[in-house]
Amino acid sequence: MSIEIRNIEKRFGNFTALDKVSLTVESGELLALLGPSGCGKTTLLRIIAGLEQPDAGQVLFEGRDATHQHVAERQVGFVFQHYALFRHMTVFDNVAFGLTVRPRKVRPEAGEIRERVMQLLKMVQLDWLADAYPAQLSGGQRQRIALARSLAVEPRVLLLDEPFGALDAKVRKDLRRWLRKLHDDMHITSVFVTHDQEEALEVSDRVVVMDHGHIEQVGRPDDIYEQPATPFVTRFLGDVNLFHGRVEDGRFTHGDFAHALSTEAAAGNEQAVAYVRPHDLDLARARDGALAAGTVEHIHAVGPLVRVEVVPERGDAIEVVLGKERFRELALVPGEQVYVTARKLAVFSGDYAI
Amino acid sequence: MQTTESRPVRLALTALTLAFLGLFLVVPLAAVFWEALSKGWDLYAAALVEYEAWQAIKLTLIAAAIAVPLNLVFGVAAAWAIARFDFRGKSLLTTLIDLPFSVSPVVAGLMYVLLFGVNSAIGGWLAEHDIQIIFAVPGIVLATVFVTFPFVARELIPLMQAQGQEEEQAALVLGASGWQTFWRVTLPNVKWGLLYGVILTNARAMGEFGAVSVVSGHIRGETNTIPLHVEILYNEYNFVGAFACASILALLALVTLAVKTYVEWRIERQHAASLIRTQQAREALA
Amino acid sequence: MNLIAKRYSVLPGFGLSLGYALFWLGLIVLLPFAALALNASTLGWTAFIEQVSAPRVLASLQLSFGAALIAASVNALMGFLVAWVLVRYSFPGKRFVDALIDLPFALPTAVAGIALTTIYAPNGWLGRYLDPLGIKVAFTPLGIVVALIFVSLPFVVRTVQPVLEDLEKELEEAATCLGAGRWQIFRRVIFPAVLPALLTGSAMAFARATGEFGSVIFIAGNIPLVSEIAPLIIISKLEQFDVAGATAVAVVMLALSFFVLFLINLLQWWTARRHGMK
Repeated sequence: MSIEIRNIEKRFGNFTALDKVSLTVESGELLALLGPSGCGKTTLLRIIAGLEQPDAGQVLFEGRDATHQHVAERQVGFVFQHYALFRHMTVFDNVAFGLTVRPRKVRPEAGEIRERVMQLLKMVQLDWLADAYPAQLSGGQRQRIALARSLAVEPRVLLLDEPFGALDAKVRKDLRRWLRKLHDDMHITSVFVTHDQEEALEVSDRVVVMDHGHIEQVGRPDDIYEQPATPFVTRFLGDVNLFHGRVEDGRFTHGDFAHALSTEAAAGNEQAVAYVRPHDLDLARARDGALAAGTVEHIHAVGPLVRVEVVPERGDAIEVVLGKERFRELALVPGEQVYVTARKLAVFSGDYAI
Repeated sequence: MQTTESRPVRLALTALTLAFLGLFLVVPLAAVFWEALSKGWDLYAAALVEYEAWQAIKLTLIAAAIAVPLNLVFGVAAAWAIARFDFRGKSLLTTLIDLPFSVSPVVAGLMYVLLFGVNSAIGGWLAEHDIQIIFAVPGIVLATVFVTFPFVARELIPLMQAQGQEEEQAALVLGASGWQTFWRVTLPNVKWGLLYGVILTNARAMGEFGAVSVVSGHIRGETNTIPLHVEILYNEYNFVGAFACASILALLALVTLAVKTYVEWRIERQHAASLIRTQQAREALA
Repeated sequence: MNLIAKRYSVLPGFGLSLGYALFWLGLIVLLPFAALALNASTLGWTAFIEQVSAPRVLASLQLSFGAALIAASVNALMGFLVAWVLVRYSFPGKRFVDALIDLPFALPTAVAGIALTTIYAPNGWLGRYLDPLGIKVAFTPLGIVVALIFVSLPFVVRTVQPVLEDLEKELEEAATCLGAGRWQIFRRVIFPAVLPALLTGSAMAFARATGEFGSVIFIAGNIPLVSEIAPLIIISKLEQFDVAGATAVAVVMLALSFFVLFLINLLQWWTARRHGMK
């Protein structure tokens, strides 16, 4: 089922959580809402669920206005950040809850409920824990039970609030892959909220990057990563080096250095900032095509990648990530004078991408 | 979100609650002051300055003045041992400390009569040496200490357990002695909890009736505390006198509630502040 | 001291604090208990049964426990309601009402006793309206129940209140998402979560009510076989120098208190083991 969000606004006192947000979630896709805390992503998710009422704007399910529909009627599955499992019920009763609270007329028979719950528990690979209480489960198991519980009512949309937020790194990675696989099998329209860019980029079909109640960019994970639309998105998606300079005649100049831009740049003479990821930088001993120069300050050569810190005469230290091979080839020593070249840079003037 | 009842339901439940509390709490409280002043201020004041009333007030103050510090020191010692160390029988000790709360005050009084009364071994020895405990002031003090025994310890133990002992360890590492650590780190951290316990101890100590009634012997002007004096006056149909004395105790209760509310607010604030501090420290480490 | 200390600690004062605590505990609490136990053991089984099964004693025990049970039940219901309203709804003066809940803890029982008697006496504030309706409160078992409701009122409120406060809003949201209605959420999510606290609070109220003396003797009327409570029996036996009889009744009351205490601990242990989520 598709979801359409039109000009949603939400304020909490003086704080604007969402400012005229519009977004379309395609049927069957897995969409990530990504952003720092306080960016409005959870509020948006809760508005979609009907747990929160927007101050203005509309939510449409399959083209039909659902803005004032009660949560219970929206047929959404919601997985809470801390799972919100009912601690006095067994795992089985938790999963069965949504079925057993139905009015008697539409409630499935006990046997049918049992069958469906066990089927869901098998799907999340926890059928052996049916009689356990939530307190006896690990974080990852609770997460899967919360998911099974939300799926029991056969929702048209699955909404997940920071689904892996409360788990440790190892479990988080396993569950991520598992969620992706589950979604591929079931094809239920799903939206999840996260502040972890790696998670959003790895799991989702499309990513919505949000900040301060605005949508900064919507796109496929690789598009977002390769072509960030704003300085915020660039910074949020990973480590980045900043080079302050000017754009003139199709070139980006930074101090005495210049870098030819591939795109047709504005002809004017504009203040601009170039954002370059550490692994898009290289080091050289020749000045040709360089973006900066500096002294090698630190070399951290642990793992497959080598992190080199280059300190220019003015400005912040530049972080360069090299492959082991390249590092050996260069045979760098601390204290050495080197030139920094960029394979790829994103230049922004003000808020505009150039 | 719609996680509440409809307005009429809310109003009805609130009205029912307030009616119940009004009937069971406000009306009796109002009755005390109303009856005390029913014959005017002059009679009210006269009832309070009467010799026996005055003696009862004095005895009540003495009993509280002994019981409160004793239980304060005991509570701090017990809390230090229980909240700061691991030892065998700790939960048994905690249960034993709470024991006086689960005993009827009358049974508590009886136990002291059995222990120190003339028929017991100790009582016989005491009588030979002309020391009287039962039907005398020491018995009243002992019974008061018994019924208020757990209050301070019970407030301090969970508070100190929640705070952990990192701050004390830090003080020791910085070279403070044990006493310095206690006075300058532990005590300031638990002062509001301590005050809370003291207020509850004091309120109960001054108001105790059942236990004191058994051991006092009701000797007018000698072994009567205010609550016992209230009983005597009431049974003599001296209602103004009874309610005048009762009004002092009711005032004490109101002051107790006010201080208690204030202290609770302080503890809550302190707790919130320490939570924020821990969170900030964690974020700084992350 | 190392014999009992399980784990090494850098903090000083273990021996001193534990020693002092044990000394006072022994002197103030354990010694009197020992005196009671000693007296009870010299009583003998037949004498004990004889004492306890005397009609007046039996009636008083029945009255004390029965009235306490009714008062605890009323407070279970009303205390839950009070806690619910205080946690969930807002109304003017809420802080004041919240502080007032502890009045029965702070107000000396004798004061409560004479106040309630004055109110419910046939010519009292409320008694004069109830009397024509044939409802007699003061000097009847009903009066005892009223006094016991008063003294045990805070227990249920104060045990249920924090649990209701800590109940995550998310639980109700989750239930709503799954299609449950308001009543279903109350019955199947909120009430079971609060039930252990409600039972604990009611048990505490019951234990307190059985032993209550000060607030009851004024309103009870103390008519033998009708409105004479067990603690009063102990006192009157003591006044008649019937120490054995007083001890026997005390042992029954104490046994019941311990049983309730045991039940409360069992309930808490069971709840913590099953639902105690970290």
